[in-house]
Amino acid sequence: MGSFFTPLSWHDAPFILTGILNTIYISTVAIIIGTILGLMVGFLRAESNRFTNVLMGGGLDVLRSVPLIIQLILFSTYIGATGHPLDPFVAGSIVLSLYTMAFMSEVFRGGFESVQQPMQVAARSLGLTYWQTVRYIRLPIGMRAVFPSWLGVALSVIKDSALVSVIGYMELLRTSEQLISRTQQPLQILIGVGFFYFLISYPLSLYGKRVEGKMVS
Amino acid sequence: MIEICDVHKSFGDLEVLKGIDLEVKKGEVVSVIGGSGSGKSTLLYCINGIEDIQQGKIVVDEVDVHAKATNQDRLRQKLGMVFQQWNSFPHLTVLENAALAPRIVLKKSKKEATEVARQELTHVGLGDKFDEYPSRMSGGQQQRLAIARALAMKPDYMLFDEVTSALDPELVGEVLDTLRMLRDDGMTMICVTHEIGFAREVSDKVAFFHQGIIEEIGSPEQVISNPCQETTRKFLSKVLH
Ligand SMILES: Nc1ncnc2c1ncn2[C@@H]1O[C@H](COP(=O)(O)OP(=O)(O)O)[C@@H](O)[C@H]1O
Ligand SMILES: [Mg+2]
Repeated sequence: MGSFFTPLSWHDAPFILTGILNTIYISTVAIIIGTILGLMVGFLRAESNRFTNVLMGGGLDVLRSVPLIIQLILFSTYIGATGHPLDPFVAGSIVLSLYTMAFMSEVFRGGFESVQQPMQVAARSLGLTYWQTVRYIRLPIGMRAVFPSWLGVALSVIKDSALVSVIGYMELLRTSEQLISRTQQPLQILIGVGFFYFLISYPLSLYGKRVEGKMVS
Repeated sequence: MIEICDVHKSFGDLEVLKGIDLEVKKGEVVSVIGGSGSGKSTLLYCINGIEDIQQGKIVVDEVDVHAKATNQDRLRQKLGMVFQQWNSFPHLTVLENAALAPRIVLKKSKKEATEVARQELTHVGLGDKFDEYPSRMSGGQQQRLAIARALAMKPDYMLFDEVTSALDPELVGEVLDTLRMLRDDGMTMICVTHEIGFAREVSDKVAFFHQGIIEEIGSPEQVISNPCQETTRKFLSKVLH
């Protein structure tokens, strides 16, 4: 009988690829849903009075302050306890999206608030309705202003998505953990995984810097 | 015609307009002068419904500005307004700035909207700046852009709120020239201004505001050259010297 451990080989490529794709998949879902929800919540926060803002702010503060890994475990444990456990992908997407939304909403709120009242009054004086002013003036100007921050949040979501492995989602980190326990080659595998995260994050952050540079000039 | 009858306006406990009566006929140029805080800007904001009023009535071409049934977005299409700050839309080129409202408010085709924008921009002397971004232009150019942007809606009235006050002195002239041109085109205008010489030259009527009321109103000769109120004289001696 051969060794229980088998070294890393090309046969593992599809398995690793699944992990990579799943990481990209869940990050993309969380960034898209988090951005849409964050836009809505950020707009509400920029528009609403102090009282509603304190209420909303409280909820968002909880999402931002409690470590993601705890939110993931709490959520999947709670859902499991109801007797209708969710697929790890679904559960992970829900938690990661809400977590993303909490950060995105602050970013977008700042964007909407960066368009000052006089600019809005000028638009209204041309006959634009409230919603036309939101759509054609506040949204484009505000979003440009906060694009670098948005990208920053998106990048950290890609990295944070590794935590969804704790509830059993087969993303990159979890596939590599399984490979490590089989191959006993943690160093090579973790360096490879780290390199992969670098490979998707770095070009995005370079791109962000370039856009930011363009906006300043 | 713009008819303003006994208009009272307060911000909380602060009564800013204390019974304003003023009539602006088609083709007239009315200048509003007066000290800072006397309520001049507030009156313009009330005329196009950006601010509500507590008492009285403002009627523009038979439409009561503050009546519940009035569509103020609609009404503002015929009331162009230019402010002390030019508020160019920074994400749009000069041409797009001027074409935006015709396109989305008047629902003109892109081609038509661009055509009106070109005409108005050329009219105010920005014919060579279509593709420029506003941030690369001087204050005087941006203020003329703001005027062209308002004109592109083909308004019947123009409201100007100290449009030269934020400009460097050497840029004031080009903007005043633009206003003179509009007067010659026959545009109906209300100009809040500190340029007393300009007001005397272009106005059919000058109204002197003091602490929320019109202290004195009449022809430029009367109000600026021979004021009968002590407050008017004091104000004029302050701004003219
Ligand atoms: N949005 C506002 N809220 C509260 N007070 C205001 C507001 N706008 C203007 N005021 C006050 O109303 C008065 C008249 O202002 P304004 O019409 O801007 O004067 P002017 O244009 O003649 O300098 C000032 O005392 C000003 O502080
Ligand atoms: Mg003012």
